[in-house]
Amino acid sequence: MKRALIAALALAALPMLPTVAAAKTFVFCSEGSPEGFDPGLYTAGTTFDASGHPIYSRLLEFKPGTTQPEAGLAESWEISEDGTVYTFKLRKGVKFQTTDFFTPTREFNADDVIFSIGRMIDEKNAWNKYITGGTWEYAEGMGFPKLIKSIDKVDDLTVKFTLNRPEAPFLANIAMPFASILSKEYADSLEKAGTKEQLNQQPVGTGPFTFVAYQQDAIIRYKKNADYWGGAPKIDDLVFAITTDAAVRYQKLKAGECHLMPYPNAADVQAMKADENLQVLEQEGLNIAYLAYNTTQAPFDKPEVRIALNKAINKQAIVDAVFQGMATPATNPIPPTMWSYNNDVKDDSYDLDAAKKMLADAGVKDLSMKVWAMPVSRPYMLNARRAAEIIQDDFAKIGVKVEIVSYEWAEYLSRSKAKDRDGAAILGWTGDNGDPDNFLDTLLGCDAVGGNNRAQWCNQEFDALVKKAKSTSDQAERTKLYEQAQVIFKKDAPWATLDHSLSVVPMRKGVTGFTQSPLGDFTFEAVDIAE
Amino acid sequence: MFGFLLRRLAVLIPTFIGVSIIAFSFIRLLPGDPVALLSGERVMSPERHAQISAQLGMDRPMVIQYFDYLGGVLTGDFGTSIVSKKPVLDQFLTLFPATVELSFCAIIIAVALGIPAGIIAAVKRGSIFDQGLMGIALVGYSMPIFWWGLLLIILFSGILQWFPVTGRISLMFYFPQVTGFMLIDSLISGQKGAFASALSHLALPSIVLSTIPLAVIARQTRSAMLEVLSEDYVRTARAKGLSPFRVIGIHALRNAMIPVVTTVGLQVGVMLAGAILTETIFSWPGIGKWILDSVFRRDYAVIQGGLLLIAAIIMTVNLIVDLLYGLVNPRIRH
Repeated sequence: MKRALIAALALAALPMLPTVAAAKTFVFCSEGSPEGFDPGLYTAGTTFDASGHPIYSRLLEFKPGTTQPEAGLAESWEISEDGTVYTFKLRKGVKFQTTDFFTPTREFNADDVIFSIGRMIDEKNAWNKYITGGTWEYAEGMGFPKLIKSIDKVDDLTVKFTLNRPEAPFLANIAMPFASILSKEYADSLEKAGTKEQLNQQPVGTGPFTFVAYQQDAIIRYKKNADYWGGAPKIDDLVFAITTDAAVRYQKLKAGECHLMPYPNAADVQAMKADENLQVLEQEGLNIAYLAYNTTQAPFDKPEVRIALNKAINKQAIVDAVFQGMATPATNPIPPTMWSYNNDVKDDSYDLDAAKKMLADAGVKDLSMKVWAMPVSRPYMLNARRAAEIIQDDFAKIGVKVEIVSYEWAEYLSRSKAKDRDGAAILGWTGDNGDPDNFLDTLLGCDAVGGNNRAQWCNQEFDALVKKAKSTSDQAERTKLYEQAQVIFKKDAPWATLDHSLSVVPMRKGVTGFTQSPLGDFTFEAVDIAE
Repeated sequence: MFGFLLRRLAVLIPTFIGVSIIAFSFIRLLPGDPVALLSGERVMSPERHAQISAQLGMDRPMVIQYFDYLGGVLTGDFGTSIVSKKPVLDQFLTLFPATVELSFCAIIIAVALGIPAGIIAAVKRGSIFDQGLMGIALVGYSMPIFWWGLLLIILFSGILQWFPVTGRISLMFYFPQVTGFMLIDSLISGQKGAFASALSHLALPSIVLSTIPLAVIARQTRSAMLEVLSEDYVRTARAKGLSPFRVIGIHALRNAMIPVVTTVGLQVGVMLAGAILTETIFSWPGIGKWILDSVFRRDYAVIQGGLLLIAAIIMTVNLIVDLLYGLVNPRIRH
């Protein structure tokens, strides 16, 4: 009956079609299906592009094209002297979207903030386990449950976060899509109706686009939110046409079936640049690929051995062979686009003779080692096996024998963590929030040994610097600390830093207003299309 | 007939249980931990890992997990996807019509072209036509689907622009799903041009998916026809002065069809396997692509639930094929 009714309505809507066709529709050929529409539950960029960015807003937003948090749903904020209390003044008059399935009766307020973040950090919260198997992986990864002591409503438009310790990256963390603000009123209405899981399927937020429909694995439709607090988008409709294969996405872009596509094949980029109907944006990605030595195992426990090996790696060859030039050789463990990047640090020069000599001086002879190559393609390393082969070839030139090993992806991730792992592992990282802490402490801090710290490298001096920077609010001060940390990193060489890949975004000519995000997000509130 | 049906249904039950054991245990033999994959490069603490495993029931002995699962299946609960957190059966039912539509069109193409091609090749045995057709069939059979699909996209969508690249219907058309079959829904919607758009979107993926079955059916028809054409009764029919059309079209074809019907039935299984690649390249939102994605993510619930449902469908199709024998050849009575 319901279906018949819908069909009848669709028929009735028929005369309206010309208006629909005349509307400005922007088509994004997205690379995969969103896992769901409640961003707090997920960690994938694909899911955030489809949920967090179009539908929701956050207390703070990253300024377009940067990793700098700026006012979002919070107009202003104050941090207490000791860095543990954050008081946010909320924006007045922000409306939640009106959809077929929900009509809000009140505007955004502090209750929505407490609801959205509170459910992630409190196991007793009624919304903590609202769907089977749902977990708050990102909040967990950012340490929210242990970090946030309480969230309190001061008044309708003021909310206070009390932390257990000072944490400078906190502002950047709450600007991330997982910390999106949902409507408590909508959640309450779902709870009443006994359909809590709809929160993850039929989203309501305060973002630039209103959710219309999702046809699984095929199409997501949104329409513009004319009431968007940041100003109504210029396009009327936004469509995600899910197209998993990069070569097929390119064909769709060429045929004009979409306006913009993410993640092209490196091999197609030259042809895209030559196509007069397309324009190509390029930016250094917020990522790093590295070769992590196990610094607890001989002979890799000696910095001079690691530096000698680093000197033998022809990074340019890797960039050319694996990325067709769409990457830059890496010097520091953080990408050059990130604040606090130390330009004074120089990379170990590619010098086989010097490498050979250093190895001999360190008393290393007839070295055989394993190089671990990831089985999957990631933005920071498209083909780890190829990179490993180049390293194998380079090391052979200085008399080091390399055996390349690989495991299934989850196995790889877990085995490469092991403290007694032999040899060196290729892996990488894409930044979450643009904060250097998210690279330096997360990947190289002493706490991360046996976990994300694949080099098992615990350098007290380095660790003290990054820990201090984490609890300092002043960015200039933090910058100095991180710059020093990078010097120590290079001197001690727990990794061979391999590359930072470029993020390339091809789009149709006539698309304007798209800003490439260093965080790799795809957001469309400012885009327009010339008809 | 009824007794036969009951006997066959009785055999289906142990087969189904066998499939469920295989689907359940084999994916767990694959290396790769679904819980660890949830966090990717972001390492999960061992405590957190244990907590999530317990939440998903993965910390219990495998035998208990299996019986728990089987119990769920018998009550229609195929579990919940680890990734999307949605019930597997719901997702299957949403996506299945897309696969059926695609497979149905592909099998129609394969039968409509494969059987006549096989007959002609058999009748004109040894001719250039025969050799050419069988050569093409061999190439079709050996074609890697992924490459073939991309080739067709580049030629017909990219260069000639005759067909759209991917999708099920032009984005211009938007109507609610009623049956899940785009061809039917587009007709129901009454929107002008919707049906034509759905059809043009279906063309390339159907051709790609039909390629291997088409080749197999053509070759099978040819060899079955050749065998039948050398039978005494065909010679007798010819000697009686029956027209070639009656001899080939009625006397010979009917008997040659028995192995061909079996082949077509088996191709349904092949087609569901081929659908995985075809759906991936054409971004066709069906179950093939869904299961493939789930394998990469080690989404156990989806893989085992999906395989079980597909197996059930293939078993049903085979049963129908067995029943069809009786219609094709009256000598076979159940």
